[in-house]
Amino acid sequence: MNYFPDEVIEHVFDFVTSHKDRNAISLVCKSWYKIERFSRQKVFIGNCYAINPERLLRRFPCLKSLTLKGKPHFADFNLVPHEWGGFVLPWIEALARSRVGLEELRLKRMVVTDESLELLSRSFVNFKSLVLVSCEGFTTDGLASIAANCRHLRDLDLQENEIDDHRGQWLSCFPDTCTTLVTLNFACLEGETNLVALERLVARSPNLKSLKLNRAVPLDALARLMACAPQIVDLGVGSYENDPDSESYMKLKAAIKKCTSLRSLSGFLEAAPHCLSAFHPICHNLTSLNLSYAAEIHGSHLIKLIQHCKKLQRLWILDSIGDKGLEVVASTCKELQELRVFPSDLLGGGNTAVTEEGLVAISAGCPKLHSILYFCQQMTNAALVTVAKNCPNFIRFRLCILEPNKPDHVTSQPLDEGFGAIVKACKSLRRLSHSGLLTDQVFLYIGMYANQLEMLSIAFAGDTDKGMLYVLNGCKKMKKLEIRDSPFGDTALLADVSKYETMRSLWMSSCEVTLSGCKRLAQKAPWLNVEIINENDNNRMEENGHEGRQKVDKMYLYRTVVGTRMDAPPFVWIL
Amino acid sequence: MITELEMGKGESELELGLGLSLGGGTAAKIGKSGGGGAWGERGRLLTAKDFPSVGSKRAADSASHAGASPPRSSSQVVGWPPIGSHRMNSLVNNQATKSAREEEEAGKKIVKDDEPKDVTKKVNGKVPVGFIKVNMDGVAIGRKVDLSAHSSYENLSQTLEDMFFRTNPGTIGLTSQFTKPLRLLDGSSEFVLTYEDKEGDWMLVGDVPWRMFITSVKRLRVMKTSEANGLAARNQEPNERQRKQPV
Repeated sequence: MNYFPDEVIEHVFDFVTSHKDRNAISLVCKSWYKIERFSRQKVFIGNCYAINPERLLRRFPCLKSLTLKGKPHFADFNLVPHEWGGFVLPWIEALARSRVGLEELRLKRMVVTDESLELLSRSFVNFKSLVLVSCEGFTTDGLASIAANCRHLRDLDLQENEIDDHRGQWLSCFPDTCTTLVTLNFACLEGETNLVALERLVARSPNLKSLKLNRAVPLDALARLMACAPQIVDLGVGSYENDPDSESYMKLKAAIKKCTSLRSLSGFLEAAPHCLSAFHPICHNLTSLNLSYAAEIHGSHLIKLIQHCKKLQRLWILDSIGDKGLEVVASTCKELQELRVFPSDLLGGGNTAVTEEGLVAISAGCPKLHSILYFCQQMTNAALVTVAKNCPNFIRFRLCILEPNKPDHVTSQPLDEGFGAIVKACKSLRRLSHSGLLTDQVFLYIGMYANQLEMLSIAFAGDTDKGMLYVLNGCKKMKKLEIRDSPFGDTALLADVSKYETMRSLWMSSCEVTLSGCKRLAQKAPWLNVEIINENDNNRMEENGHEGRQKVDKMYLYRTVVGTRMDAPPFVWIL
Repeated sequence: MITELEMGKGESELELGLGLSLGGGTAAKIGKSGGGGAWGERGRLLTAKDFPSVGSKRAADSASHAGASPPRSSSQVVGWPPIGSHRMNSLVNNQATKSAREEEEAGKKIVKDDEPKDVTKKVNGKVPVGFIKVNMDGVAIGRKVDLSAHSSYENLSQTLEDMFFRTNPGTIGLTSQFTKPLRLLDGSSEFVLTYEDKEGDWMLVGDVPWRMFITSVKRLRVMKTSEANGLAARNQEPNERQRKQPV
C-alpha cells in the first residue's frame, strides 16, 4: 500500500461504512489510522461515558454523524434511577464549540433537555437528522426549536421517548419554506396535535417517506394526510376509532388504495377492532407490520389482515393473536425474518396467550427467521430443541417466560437443555435472553457454544458463581452482559479482570456481589468505572461497619478512557 | 440499602423502580436452590385486580410477611416482565380503557340514554391515566405512580406516604429525615400534595371529585406547606418548570 497516494486510499475507505470495519482499518498501520480518522464521518459510541467529546473531536475532526447511547439497557425496565446520567448537553456544547459540521445525531437512552435541543438547532447549519430513542427530559418546546431553526431538516424521528407535551404549536414552527422532510415520527407524544399545521406540513413535503402519527390524530385527518402523501412508504396510524359507514372511512379507503409505495404499517394506538379491512388492499406489499400497541384489535381481525401479508419480513404483534394466529403467520409469511410477540394482558394471562406451540409453528414455517422476541406463559425443552433444529440461523433469540423460574411445564425440568440446543445450533447467535428455570448447566452450554454471542441478559437464573464464570471464560465476543436476581458473587466478578477490557459493560443487580468485591475490582482495574447505584440510603454503605460484606444492590461497570465521570448524582458511588 | 444478607428469608425488598408495581415495588426473594417452587405465586404479574385499594393493603402486606403464603400484592417484581416503560404505560392505559368500556357496556343496558354521561369517560373516549411523575421537595429522585390503580385520594395519599416516608425495614425511605406520618390531605402536616393540571396550573389535590382529578392531572408534587399558600390561584413560573428538567 506504499504505492498508493493517500487520496486513493481515502477513496477506497469511502466504501467502507460499517464502524466495525472502519475501526479495524484504523488499526492496520499509522498511515491508515491517519487517513481513516480524517475521512471518518460517522461515529458510533455505545457508551457515552467511555469517551468524552473533546477526544472524539480530536480524533475525528470531520465528524458529520454521531450516535450516542447513555443509560444501560435495564433502564428500560425502571431499574436505573432517572437522574443516573446520560446527559447530552455537554456533548452538544462541545460539538458546537468545535464548529464541526454536524448533520445527524442519534441518541438512545439519554437525557435531553430543551436547552440542548435549542443549542443543537442553532449551532449546525446543515443539521439534517435527529433520531431520539427512549430519551427523556425534554418538552415540545424543544421540538419547536428544532422545527423552527433547522432549515434543512430531513428526519425528526421520536421513538418511545418521554416528552412533556406542552400542547404548544411545535408543528406550526416549521417554516413554510421547509419542504425537505423525509421522516416525521411523533407517535410517542401524548398531547393534542395541531391538525391544520400537520396537514399543511405534509402537503408541502414531497419527499416525505415515513410518517408516524400520535393518538391525537383521528381517522378523518388520517384520510386527508394519506391523500396528500400517496408516496408514503412507512405509516404509523394514530387513532383508528371510526364508524365504518362514515364518509371519512370511505375517503380513507380511497386514499389507502393510492398508497402503492406503502411497505411498513404501525401504530393503531387507539383502534376499533373491526376496521382493519380498509388496509387489506395494500397488505400484499407490506414488509413490516407493527400492531404491538393495538390492544383492542382481536386475534381474528389480526389474522384476517395477516393472511394478506405474504411478503412480510418483520412482524411485531401482541400475544392476543394466539397459537392459532401464529400458525397462520407461519403458513402465510414465508419471508419472515423478525418476529416480536408482546404480552397483551397483564391480568394473569388467559387462553389468548401464546405457548411453545406457536413458537414451534413459526420456526417450522419461516425458514428465514433470524430474530425473535417472544413473551409466553410456558415453554418446554422439547419445543426449544425443535425450534433449534428448524431455525439454526438465529442472530437474536429472546424468550421471556412471564413467570420467573418456571420449569418445563411438561417435565418440570429446568430449561437448560432447550436453551443449550439453541446455542449449539445457532452458530451466528449474537444476542440471547433466556428465562424460566435455569441452572448453572445452561451457562456451561452458553460458554461452550455461543462463540459469537455479544449480548446476554440473565434474570433469575443459575446456582453458583460457576454459571457466570462459564460465560466470562467461554464467550470471547461478549460485549454487554446484564444480570439481575441471580446468585453470582465476588468470585465470578473478580476471576478475570482483564475480561472487562474487552467488553463494553457489565450490569449486576440483586446478585451476591459485595461492596468489598467491587472495591477490589476497581483497584485492580483503574480503566474501569465501577458504579454502585444505591438509591435508598446515600451514605449508609460507607458508615456501616460491616460495609465490606454488604451486598451491592446495583452495580454497573464499563471500560472508559476518560476516568470517573463528574456528573454522577449523589446516589451513584463510583469506586 | 436493604440487602439479602440482612433480611430474613421471606421478607420483601422495596426498590425504587416501579415497573409493574404500580405505586411501589417489592422484589420477591429468589429461591436460592433454584427450585421451581420458590416462585410459585410470587411470580404472578400484577394486575388491576390486585389494587382495589392498593394503598392501605400494600402497607399492611409489606409488614406482615411471616410464614403464610405471601399476600398477592407482594408478588410484584420490579422491572419484570422486561417490557419497556413506554409500552407498559400503553398496556396499562389500554386495560383501563377496556374495563371502562366493559363497565360502560354493562351500564348502558340499565341506564337510560339521556342520562348525563360520566364526564371522565369523555376525554379521548377513555380514562386517560397511567404512570405519572411524582416529585417531592427535598428529594432528588422522582418517582412514578399509576393512577389507574387507585380509586380515591386516600389510596393515592397512602401510596405516596409509603413511597416517600415509610421507615420500616424492607421499605425504602429517607429514614433520617421524615418519621412522622404524612397526612397529605388534611393540611395538618409539613407537606401538602399538589398537582399540575392539563392547563399547566398547580392546584391542591383534593378539591375536585376523584374521577375529574385523574383526567386532568399531569403530574404530582409533594410540596412544603409553607410554599403552598395561595396555590390554587397560582400559575407555574417558567423558571420553576425549567428547574424540573431533566427528569
